[in-house]
Amino acid sequence: MLGVLRSKVAFRANHAWGLEQGLRAIASRAFSSSTKETMTVRDALNSALDEEMSADPKVFVMGEEVGEYQGAYKITKGLLDKYGPERVLDTPITEAGFAGIGVGSAYYGLKPVVEFMTFNFSMQAIDHIINSAAKSNYMSAGQISVPIVFRGPNGAAAGVGAQHSQCYAAWFSAIPGLKVLTPYSSEDARGLLKAAIRDPDPVVFLENELLYGESFPVSAEVLDSSFCLPIGKAKIEREGKDVTITAFSKMVGYALQAADILAKDGISAEVINLRSIRPLDRAAINASVRKTNRLVTVEEGFPQHGVGAEICASVLEDSFEYLDAAVERISGADVPMPYAANLERMAVPQVEDIVRAAKRTCYRSAALAATA
Amino acid sequence: MALTRRYLHLLRPVFSARLLTTASTSPISIETSLPFTGHNIDPPSRSVQTSPHELLSFFRDMALMRRMEIAADSLYKAKLIRGFCHLYDGQEAVAIGMEAAITRKDCIITAYRDHCLFLGRGGTLLEAFAELMGRKDGCSKGKGGSMHFYKKESGFYGGHGIVGAQIPLGCGLAFAQKYSKDDNVTFMMYGDGAANQGQLFEALNMAALWDLPAILVCENNHYGMGTAEWRAAKSPSYFKRGDYVPGLKVDGMDALAVKQACKFAKEHALKNGPIILEMDTYRYHGHSMSDPGSTYRTRDEISGIRQERDPVERIRKLILAHDLATEKEMKDTEKEIRKEVDEAIAKAKEIPSPDPAELFTNVYVKGLGVEAFGADRKELRAVLP
Repeated sequence: MLGVLRSKVAFRANHAWGLEQGLRAIASRAFSSSTKETMTVRDALNSALDEEMSADPKVFVMGEEVGEYQGAYKITKGLLDKYGPERVLDTPITEAGFAGIGVGSAYYGLKPVVEFMTFNFSMQAIDHIINSAAKSNYMSAGQISVPIVFRGPNGAAAGVGAQHSQCYAAWFSAIPGLKVLTPYSSEDARGLLKAAIRDPDPVVFLENELLYGESFPVSAEVLDSSFCLPIGKAKIEREGKDVTITAFSKMVGYALQAADILAKDGISAEVINLRSIRPLDRAAINASVRKTNRLVTVEEGFPQHGVGAEICASVLEDSFEYLDAAVERISGADVPMPYAANLERMAVPQVEDIVRAAKRTCYRSAALAATA
Repeated sequence: MALTRRYLHLLRPVFSARLLTTASTSPISIETSLPFTGHNIDPPSRSVQTSPHELLSFFRDMALMRRMEIAADSLYKAKLIRGFCHLYDGQEAVAIGMEAAITRKDCIITAYRDHCLFLGRGGTLLEAFAELMGRKDGCSKGKGGSMHFYKKESGFYGGHGIVGAQIPLGCGLAFAQKYSKDDNVTFMMYGDGAANQGQLFEALNMAALWDLPAILVCENNHYGMGTAEWRAAKSPSYFKRGDYVPGLKVDGMDALAVKQACKFAKEHALKNGPIILEMDTYRYHGHSMSDPGSTYRTRDEISGIRQERDPVERIRKLILAHDLATEKEMKDTEKEIRKEVDEAIAKAKEIPSPDPAELFTNVYVKGLGVEAFGADRKELRAVLP
């Protein structure tokens, strides 16, 4: 009997040992960068659209060149072939008309994803976004909900001039009834677009043309078709303890670069990727500022009444006693976007602008050092 | 033209809602007073199939709408209704004729002159008056007001304040009906003022390209606020403005003509895509309660229309001519209606205003537990559920 017991124990021990080895092997594979998957933002958006259209027959895509052209920026590539012209609609160049049609179809219960070739053209349709979509659930006391997504590139591209470079985050985020999302990485793009399409409220989804081609690592979880990010929650991209830098969209990349430079000077910056401008994750921002005691907000858009203004106000209201320095805002210049490359460079934030402002909050600016 | 049966005199004396249920549904054929004019389409016949029951209910329903709007006028002057109030009296035949031709699965969307269309879609007097007075049991819980009545379960999508916006929205409803393979249509109502809006042509183009079951109904009451149609439109033939989209001009003061046109339009739209109906109609009130309606048109014009073309009077005459009810019975009906309206108003006045917590409800379907602020955010904040 003892012999049998001994052999049973041995078997179990052997089995357990095998399992542990196996787990260690899997773990090393997961952390090994050579096998980590990456994905461009473009592919992230495309796959998110594909998966949501596959999962819910009420989801359809509408916009200029989304079908046969495969998307002006190829975000909707392959969708026409897969889902047919009834679910992927090429529209004429009539934003007011097709945005209104999209909203009307959402009233009936469909889930349109309306593409603006860039959000500069959304101004032609802005009455429908705000008066027909955002306010309807409230005015009807809950009878008419509007599960629509308005998506497209937002903000400056490169050399496209004044009428094609505006950032609309601040304008749309002022409106109760809208949700406004600003993905940065591929993980953001997938998770937030899926969340937007599934959300029963109107969502303005602000992408960035210059990010479409950028690759980011994505985990298996992100690649799963059920992956979804919560709306209204920011992400701490990089932890730090000396200064909080908030940013969204392309500026997150700049803020991370600034954080690297600041680290060399002994300043530890915490970079917050806002992900959601409305609702704004005030809790995360304030928690961070209460830890670091310093704030720099970064955005591409115009400075007056910008996203940074709202963040600064929120921090002043909720965390005043925690501030060790005045809040700082970095934004686009207060001018229409110029074309000449040197002027354009001056009209948008650069990494050194973020570094300089962060140092100012730490009383480490070059000018101050000279007078000391 | 001639009655086929005259059973009804056996069933009188009391013409009331009760009598309506016993009124005959046997067909009567009546000619519309004016012919239809077609644009790129052969117009339907002037001979309309109706019944005693239908005519009696037309009278009752239009008289009810008329009474509701006139009562709203008084409530507005008593300051119980605030803000904007756009009244529909004179235009009742459009709402009633349309309802007779369609089902509740068809959709209707309009602008701000929406009280009677709401009633036609099954809305109650109480819901309407409560909403107008901003009370919590109004059809939009007091949060919409005169311009924002909705009844989604009956296919009534509002209730919109921005002139012209309802056309693309209506084409969107039609798009969704086609997408969902529902065998139904959307009627989108707009005025002669809105008829010049660019977004109308944008939406109409797409409706035609995609063969949407869209029916654009221009309620031409000849004045866009204070501007007469000939001063606003180079071509006030609104039924022709669709160009490649067929159109029909209809006597909008004749409920039977409206019914015939809407029936015709529904059949057309389900098979061939969009069509425009121009209803030649008239509003007795000004554009809204702040407009006396007499600075841009003469009192003679208004009283002339009332005498010659009033939609309720037209049906009254038809009922009398076909011996479907007596003068007294119709007067009794009107008294009943007046009582119904007065009772609804009295009840509505008792309903309280919405609870202050309602300030923050319905901003979103899914509020995500986010905070919303009042005027003084340190004083008033709420969590959105």
